[in-house]
Amino acid sequence: MATTVETADGRQTKIVDYTEVDDVTIRFAGDSGDGMQLTGTQFTTTTAQVGNDLSTFPDYPSEIRAPSGTLYGVSGFQIHFSSRIIYTPGDRFDTLVAMNPAALKVNLKQLHEGGNVIVNTDAFDAKHLKLAKYESNPLEDGTLKNYKVFPVPITTLTTRALEETGLSPKDMARSKNFFALGMLYWMYNRPTEPTIEWIQEKFGRNPVVAKANDLALKAGYSFGNMTEVFSVQYNVRPAKLPPGDYRNVTGNEATALGMIAACLKSGLPGFLGSYPITPATEILQELAARKRYGFKTFQAEDEIAGVCTSIGAAFGGSLAFTTTSGPGMALKTEAIGLAVMVELPLVIVNVQRGGPSTGLPTKPEQSDLFQAVLGRNGEAPVPVIAAHSPANCFYGAFEAARLALKYMTPVILLTDGFLANGSEPWLLPKDEDLPDISVPFASDPDAFQPYERNDHLSRPWAVPGMPGFEHRIGGLEKQHITGSVSHDPMNHQFMVEMRAKKIAGIADDIPGQTVFGPQEAELAIVGWGGTYGDIRTAVERLQGKGVSVAHIHIRYLNPFPKNLGEVLSRYKAILIPENNLGQLSFLLSAHYHISPISFPKIQGKPFTPVEIEEKANEILNTMER
Amino acid sequence: MTNEDIKTNVNEQIKVLTAKDLSSDQDVRWCPGCGDYSMLSQLQRALPEVGVRKEDIAVIAGIGCSSRFPYYMDTYGLHGIHGRALAIASGLKTAHPNLTVWVSTGDGDCLSIGGNHFIHTLRRNVDINVMMFNNQIYALTKGQYSPTSQHGQKTKTSPTGVIDHPFNPMLIGLGAEGTFVARSLDRDPKHLKEMMIRMYNHKGTSFIDVLQNCVIFNEGVFDLYTSKETRGDNVVYLEHGKPLVFGNERDKGIRLDGFRTQVVSLKDYSESDLLVHNSKSKELAFILAHMNDQAGFPLPIGVFLDIERVTYEDELAQHIERAVEKEGEGTIESLLYDAHTWTIDDEN
Repeated sequence: MATTVETADGRQTKIVDYTEVDDVTIRFAGDSGDGMQLTGTQFTTTTAQVGNDLSTFPDYPSEIRAPSGTLYGVSGFQIHFSSRIIYTPGDRFDTLVAMNPAALKVNLKQLHEGGNVIVNTDAFDAKHLKLAKYESNPLEDGTLKNYKVFPVPITTLTTRALEETGLSPKDMARSKNFFALGMLYWMYNRPTEPTIEWIQEKFGRNPVVAKANDLALKAGYSFGNMTEVFSVQYNVRPAKLPPGDYRNVTGNEATALGMIAACLKSGLPGFLGSYPITPATEILQELAARKRYGFKTFQAEDEIAGVCTSIGAAFGGSLAFTTTSGPGMALKTEAIGLAVMVELPLVIVNVQRGGPSTGLPTKPEQSDLFQAVLGRNGEAPVPVIAAHSPANCFYGAFEAARLALKYMTPVILLTDGFLANGSEPWLLPKDEDLPDISVPFASDPDAFQPYERNDHLSRPWAVPGMPGFEHRIGGLEKQHITGSVSHDPMNHQFMVEMRAKKIAGIADDIPGQTVFGPQEAELAIVGWGGTYGDIRTAVERLQGKGVSVAHIHIRYLNPFPKNLGEVLSRYKAILIPENNLGQLSFLLSAHYHISPISFPKIQGKPFTPVEIEEKANEILNTMER
Repeated sequence: MTNEDIKTNVNEQIKVLTAKDLSSDQDVRWCPGCGDYSMLSQLQRALPEVGVRKEDIAVIAGIGCSSRFPYYMDTYGLHGIHGRALAIASGLKTAHPNLTVWVSTGDGDCLSIGGNHFIHTLRRNVDINVMMFNNQIYALTKGQYSPTSQHGQKTKTSPTGVIDHPFNPMLIGLGAEGTFVARSLDRDPKHLKEMMIRMYNHKGTSFIDVLQNCVIFNEGVFDLYTSKETRGDNVVYLEHGKPLVFGNERDKGIRLDGFRTQVVSLKDYSESDLLVHNSKSKELAFILAHMNDQAGFPLPIGVFLDIERVTYEDELAQHIERAVEKEGEGTIESLLYDAHTWTIDDEN
């Protein structure tokens, strides 16, 4: 309960008991022009500084400014933060901030019963209610009777707080997201300073806007502090995170950083040929903004030019990358085959999204596994690895680069829209933690043969500019050792097998499959990529209830780790939740002659731990009977 | 060897190359009499003259008869996939600006499947040299019409005549803001070699459309411009600063009347009345590119346009240099710590 008291200097303030909570999920929701992504990002940065573990997930429409007030124009940002270690952005939220009726309607079903809902009452007028397809006002008709409702005229209060700025009412209203952020800072006992500093940095050149945002933020915080509307204030203690330096990263940011790190650790200039595509574009943007690393970005005219410029750069001695999503991957396919044939190092990042065709551009899915492993003409084996969390994308990009250089091959890194846009705190590695991944160029011009093989079957890399190594490569079949064009039937079989053997041999160079939980059990839940956090959370919950269940998360999808078949054989049942129709299930069945239980979810949304937990229980119950 | 080491080789004495040094050990497998032979031997002659080191030459190709070119040059080479030579070459040159990069492509490879890369390469002005072997036919697939085939031309896929309107490669080159746009003939090796030397010396994308005879599927299509009897009256050579004179007897010229060109007799006009070629003029280049749309006009051969504009790879390098000057060279530490960071202590 809160009581209002007067302070020594005459200010009114509230005394509120903090309610200690371990784990909170908040969803900020509004029109796509309401600045909800910015609000969420600021809340995230501050929460990271407070020392909570956290995980975020933005959920926004593919339209940039969908018609205001509509259901399909709702943009959301979810943050899950905790005093414990967490793996997911959370299933259901404890607090929903709804800037208009549409945001309320779209998100209400995911709010916990009894949860908090903060609504901008100014937006609940007849026009907006109609746009949100509400027959009556949900603030008045009992729709919200099972929730704690905090009705706040956010627009009015923001405008009032900003009167001194001299801005137009419309411009003043634009700062309302900062007012909402201020309220939430009060509610969850977060400091406002980090955002105040950020506002100065970001809007310093535009002092009026900086002032407006600053005032709105402070007004929102004071509103929480001073008024009777808010009777609860929560505290979430810092998490016991491993010691060290942290930053918050999104998956796409981490991927870009991993690429640059791989260049620094291989001593090679970096090159990215790429064409903007949702949800991969930020990788190109992040790299373009870091020119001091000498990394060259080339925004190509199309997806094909994206990969082909990278092949050209790889021929020229760069560590080359190309980034895309499923439809772009389809366009790059022929060129990836060329990279297989000319045996040049190249990393292809596919930030997967809902398919087929244009599909669900802003929604995550894992349905490009077949495409990555199998989707080329001819026998064209390519190593495939997958990242499993936003920060893990850094190591995914780095490892992909290591394999590409060592084995002179294109390597596909799979991430997805969920990882790409989601964020989490990242315990930063030290320079010395990252291995040297440099490779020697060809060194003896007299003995040079472009298609000679070393002990791990890679051909030598000789770069234009190196005297005495002039040679030709291309998409036509190569004669073993000399690299001359060859149509010889036996040579073709030999070379097809050679390329397959080279990639299969990578299994000797990657870590064995690890298991979380019992080494033998009734059930193992097996996953890959972005399902990691949800599976891990479900498995921890099950283990907490005494259920014997393991989590096996496969990072290397081609080739599989050497011990994978043996590891899988130790479990009576294998459950594979995937955001596709069972592509990993299919590959594991084919490789190891096992019959996993596939659990597909293809809704443009990640799994929730609850779904996985329930499915696991269902399987275990059947087995007992 | 790193890229830095490669750069430091620059001061070494350049070995004087011969055409033979640039011939690979592969047998040339074009049809006897093919115009491609002329292109190959002229490039092998031109490069020694410009004084480039062999290891700094890269020849990139797509798919088609002309695209076998890299295999016959004893330089670095990459035979890519259909239509993509310019994208591969753009990446190579951007990543490694010290190289002299040549692209051999055909009318199908360059203007049909690779059309997008063609226009974008020109507007970016990456310093590569694009030789388009234009035989107005798909030859490697054995005789289908190409984007430069003539309207009405009968081919295997147009037995009743082509109904596509053909591209004028000069107009695409100019329209895409190319900085060097030229045309030559496979049967005029002297001119071809001169053009190749000029392409090498031009900083930026150099594009040349070489009318090339396919002896099997389009034999004689350019005879009007190449045979001794007819070429004088049907070809006009463009030379910067010189009047446009042509004719077997060099008795005709081109005169400009407003924006229109006229063929005039030098009996009625003197050379000082004629149009004087200016390869720096974009406007004139367009007029000349359109000239032989009309019957009775000669085909212009030579450099339509040769202007300067900063190259893509130079400007990118400048941006990187500026960033390094301002922020210092990046390290792993500067990379990982380039956002807000915080520390969790042991006592936690």
